[in-house]
Amino acid sequence: MIVARPSRKSRGGGSRRFAALVRKEIYQIIRDPSSILIAFVLPMILLFLFGYGVSLDTTRTRIGLVVEDETPLTRDLAASFEASRYFAVIEGRHRRDFEDDLVLGRVRGLVVIPASFAADLAAGREPTVQVLVDGTDPNTANFVLNYAQGAIANWERQRSNEGLANPPAIAAEQRFWFNAELTSRNFLVPGSIAIVMTLVGTLLTSLVVAREWERGTMEAMMATPVSAAELLAGKLLPYFILGLTSMTLCVLIAVFLFDVPFRGSVVALYVLSAAFLMPALGQGLLISAVTKNQFLASQLALISGFLPAFLLSGFLFEINSMPTVIQWITYVVPARYLIPSLQTVFLAGDIWPMFAQAITVMLLIGSIFFALAARNTRKRIS
Amino acid sequence: MWWARLKALIVKELLAVLRDPKGRTILIGPPIIQLLVFSYAATLEVKNVDLIVLNRDAGHWSQELVQEIGGSPTFRRIGFAMSPGEVRQAIDAQRVLAALEIGPGFSRDIEAGRPAKVQVILDGRRSNASQIVSGYLGRIVATLAARTPAGERAVSDAVRVEARNWFNPNLTYQWFMVPNLVASIALLIGLIVTALSVARERELGTFDQLIVSPLRTHEILLGKLIPPMMIGLFHITIYILAAVFVFGVPLRGSLFLLYGSAVFYLAAVVGIGLFISALSMTQQQAILGAFLFMVPAMLLSGFATPIENMPGWLQPVTFINPLRYFLVIVKGVFLKDLPLAEVARQTAPLLLIALVTLSAAAWLFRRRLE
Amino acid sequence: MTRRDEPSSAPFARLTAVTKRFGRTPPALDGIDATMRGAEITGLVGPDGAGKTTLIRLMTGLMLPDEGNVEVLGHDTRQHPAEIQTAIGYMPQRFGLYEDLSVQENLDLYADLRGLPTPERARTFAELLEFTDLGRFTTRLAGRLSGGMKQKLGLACALLRKPQLLLLDEPGVGVDPISRRDLWRMVRKLTEEGIGVVWSTAYLEEAEACDHVLLLNRGRLMFSGPPREMTARVEDRVYRLTGIDGRRRDRLARLLGEEGVIDGVIQGEAIRLVMKPGVPPPRPVNDEEASVRTTAAPPRFEDAFVDMLGGGPGGRSRLAETQRSFIAEDDKPVIEAHGLTKRFGDFTAAADITFDIARGEIFGLLGPNGAGKSTTFKMLCGLLKPTAGDGRVAGFDLRRDAPAARNRLGYMAQKFSLYGDLSVGQNLNFFAGVYGLSGARKRERIDLMTEIFEFRPVADMSAKDLPLGLKQRLALACAVLHEPEVLFLDEPTSGVDPITRREFWTHINGLVEKGVTVLVTTHFMDEAEYCDRISLIYRGRSIALGSPDEMKTRAASENLPDPSMEDAFIALVQASEEAA
Repeated sequence: MIVARPSRKSRGGGSRRFAALVRKEIYQIIRDPSSILIAFVLPMILLFLFGYGVSLDTTRTRIGLVVEDETPLTRDLAASFEASRYFAVIEGRHRRDFEDDLVLGRVRGLVVIPASFAADLAAGREPTVQVLVDGTDPNTANFVLNYAQGAIANWERQRSNEGLANPPAIAAEQRFWFNAELTSRNFLVPGSIAIVMTLVGTLLTSLVVAREWERGTMEAMMATPVSAAELLAGKLLPYFILGLTSMTLCVLIAVFLFDVPFRGSVVALYVLSAAFLMPALGQGLLISAVTKNQFLASQLALISGFLPAFLLSGFLFEINSMPTVIQWITYVVPARYLIPSLQTVFLAGDIWPMFAQAITVMLLIGSIFFALAARNTRKRIS
Repeated sequence: MWWARLKALIVKELLAVLRDPKGRTILIGPPIIQLLVFSYAATLEVKNVDLIVLNRDAGHWSQELVQEIGGSPTFRRIGFAMSPGEVRQAIDAQRVLAALEIGPGFSRDIEAGRPAKVQVILDGRRSNASQIVSGYLGRIVATLAARTPAGERAVSDAVRVEARNWFNPNLTYQWFMVPNLVASIALLIGLIVTALSVARERELGTFDQLIVSPLRTHEILLGKLIPPMMIGLFHITIYILAAVFVFGVPLRGSLFLLYGSAVFYLAAVVGIGLFISALSMTQQQAILGAFLFMVPAMLLSGFATPIENMPGWLQPVTFINPLRYFLVIVKGVFLKDLPLAEVARQTAPLLLIALVTLSAAAWLFRRRLE
Repeated sequence: MTRRDEPSSAPFARLTAVTKRFGRTPPALDGIDATMRGAEITGLVGPDGAGKTTLIRLMTGLMLPDEGNVEVLGHDTRQHPAEIQTAIGYMPQRFGLYEDLSVQENLDLYADLRGLPTPERARTFAELLEFTDLGRFTTRLAGRLSGGMKQKLGLACALLRKPQLLLLDEPGVGVDPISRRDLWRMVRKLTEEGIGVVWSTAYLEEAEACDHVLLLNRGRLMFSGPPREMTARVEDRVYRLTGIDGRRRDRLARLLGEEGVIDGVIQGEAIRLVMKPGVPPPRPVNDEEASVRTTAAPPRFEDAFVDMLGGGPGGRSRLAETQRSFIAEDDKPVIEAHGLTKRFGDFTAAADITFDIARGEIFGLLGPNGAGKSTTFKMLCGLLKPTAGDGRVAGFDLRRDAPAARNRLGYMAQKFSLYGDLSVGQNLNFFAGVYGLSGARKRERIDLMTEIFEFRPVADMSAKDLPLGLKQRLALACAVLHEPEVLFLDEPTSGVDPITRREFWTHINGLVEKGVTVLVTTHFMDEAEYCDRISLIYRGRSIALGSPDEMKTRAASENLPDPSMEDAFIALVQASEEAA
């Protein structure tokens, strides 16, 4: 329980104590290199990696192309593979030329235009192109197959335009809303901002509170007239602001350096981030109140905060595709609610009904964490 | 004599980790939970997709298309919209990932043998999933097209794509994920255990005890190197057993090659851990240091995304990442029966990393005495 | 002490049948009844683990008793902790300072937290800064202050809004004698204003200066009253034996074996004895001892405490009896330091330290924290490389043959630094292993240690769970397993109860008789008295070198004809300050 203070204390004393606690925390943040590291350097590295390094877009995948019989027709088809912006094509005569390359991972797939291709096409015998892909990475395998089909479809369209072939009976016209070019950076960068706020809110907060326990300053605080509620709030406000600052920095980089579109409003961005920081900070406080030890706190924060935000939030992996039991777990991961909303703010615009729902759930989870943290932060040493 | 000293060190290191029930739990519990959760959760497969259809066509071909989609295991719920506004709302609020708009003349066009069109709208905020779904939808549409009168006529000159997946015919995601996790969880644990081992001794003052003992620097280093490697091999063994017997991943290559290269991989990981440990004064610095190495190492390993997709200037950075090499080996040995020459080619950089980091760590330990 | 006769001073705190347990271990506090008064210093005295910190925490209301009541300033800690917390000042063991805040920022913070009105601030800060002599350091980060300065700042923070009751938890730990005396003077001043002070300490000699003492041991209250009442127990039973020719350690060991002797310790060249009631001091038994003079000595608090616990551990050391003798070997110095210097950047931690230590000598490095004694110690045992100068241990050059030298030395660190997660047996096995013992000899040595130090019942316990006394024994056992020629001891007995401390020195004395050479660092005066010679290190330099008695003689003055070791320490340091 937060110890209720007798009301005889002047209100001025309370706000003064609170201001003092906040000021102390700010000095500490500024002077402690590890806060700067977690709040600013680590976010930069993450953002940078997601902005440049980790791209789910399969651009220029190396494939082998085997044209078993060189005719103008097969050359034409081969040219459409070479023209595809998704493939870097290495040509060969025999498929066995590429078998080793496939084992060693030098090519991700192999497209074979069989010797009979031209003859089959001419005779109307259903010409066939074989696409052999390296299944060890199913995601890349899927992309290779899709792009191969795309290249063939292009070729057919070209032929039908030239009147050489029938147009397809049904054409599926695809449009990708919000991210027409399908740049993965556009959805990875907003998602990584949620991870960054988890780092500040949960990891950093749990470390600094645990440090106060370890160094004995918490005990000295508690023996002063300051109340447990003031102590908690005095910790929260500075890290709340730090979390928002760190987020702002990330957004500026995302928009101005990585050219991620920003179609929503700044208000929505801040309201969502503020709502997310509640459960993140609450979790950090709870962890440190329970462990009172920096090492344990950091381990718990990583396992229960960072990793779920990474893996169970829909950031990289589709929640719908996970087994049911794991889907249940994702419901208590606050990042699960923030990430789609942030992606929306960046790519789609303000969609308030969606935000409202996310904000409600995040605040709910946050208040549960706070209630638990407050229960564990009595003004008592055990 | 030196063997007695080294043995005492190794026994001590193992006991320090394993004697405490909490320590045992931490070493065994989370890795297994991580293996289970991540191998099921971390999937880039797309399943249970919700879709909305705006069907303005009254004919039976559009019904057929919807049924065809409904029959695919990829899709879960298919809703119907009355207006484009409804489609917009459903996509905006991410109630559906994709929408299908069928124009009024769809069936008529098909019957008349004219090229018919459907519009597929996908949520670009989830571009990865959208792309995969668009591929599925494209194939479903193509299948249906082949059954239309025009399609039946045209079958002769439409190119058929015969797809075959080598090494993993059904593209089972776990066959990909589990070998990946073998390598990356070994990195995670190995790094934390070693990074802390010296920092903790330094904080508790026991490191001074080691330095004033007759142990030489290289003996201390070996004593710190071997136990985490033993723990790492234990983990790798558990994972390999789980991969084969729980997840049914085929083990096509030589187990001997896998273990042989694992020794070098672990030496490289532990070397990096010791290097971080030698750099840091406190446990907190060691944890942060390990973390700072781990996150980029995971992301730049080829685990989530192929290295060749990274910008050219970034690719050389991955050369110092031991995970990069071992991932190729684990996946290769499991699924592709990777030949000895290739395993050796991937192992050589691991040996180099181990040598460099261990000598750097030894140099730092000595320098700390200055 | 003068106020003891004024019964009018009402109790500021009252503990009634207070018991506190943690887990299933024996209670940390067991049925304590006590009162503390205003305008008095109440000493809360006892070895580490006696329950002092728990008792103080109970008084702050941060912890509640399992049984009994704690009433502070008229409020029960269960019902009105908030009222108590506004009226007390509390300085926890590590002073409760924020190390990355400056002196002024720490003061501001606590002033705000304690609700010190703005108009009073300027005056209060000025007063406290003058009182603590920290005025010059207001912008310095608290983490950069010396131990003594931190402690004064901690006190200033606790005093910001003049408390009625001031609780100080081991304010003297890690602080040199000069700062401790300063602090003592400051606190004394406060009691004159009517403030009640509770001062907890593991240094029994501090008890003598308190108005009232609560003596705790293993959670029990052993004594409550003015310290004079305690020392009166051993009045007329304490003697000093001086003029002992040569082997005083051997002599002490024999004396301790005698029937009527309760306790005995070495004090420089002399021996201090406590006799059983009615037993006369021992007479010289042969000509060799004829020179010994026996004089009555004023009793000390520690004499009375040991007497209360039933006497010291006796003088026999089985460890020393089984030890191989080094006496027959050559008489070259075993440890040599020649111009040892260590610089960190442009800071000189130790400058031109020179001394030789002969075989079978106990040599002490004495000095305030941060003065350079640890740096010197670390250079000699190979933990730091000297910037300049040479050191030799057992004939081996520190720079070239360090690993060879290490086989000959045993090392015991200041704080307990064995492997806490390993059991007692595993620790012994480990240290036997790293010192290259194997086979039958390893088993034999481990069995011997287990027997001498009575480890059998605790062999499977984790070292970190051992009681402090056993930890200390284990540390010694691990340091001597391989029969080292040289022992390096870094503040070996700070915080340890007097019985364990005596047992420890009995072993060391015995080993020294066998020719083992000992280098010890300490700022603990009792330990200094055991040394043959001492080097007093201050600001990186050796300012005095000689036997404890020589030091005392040098410090003697008209006002202080018979200075204690602590007086000598302070006088020598101050003289060096003035010279500088």
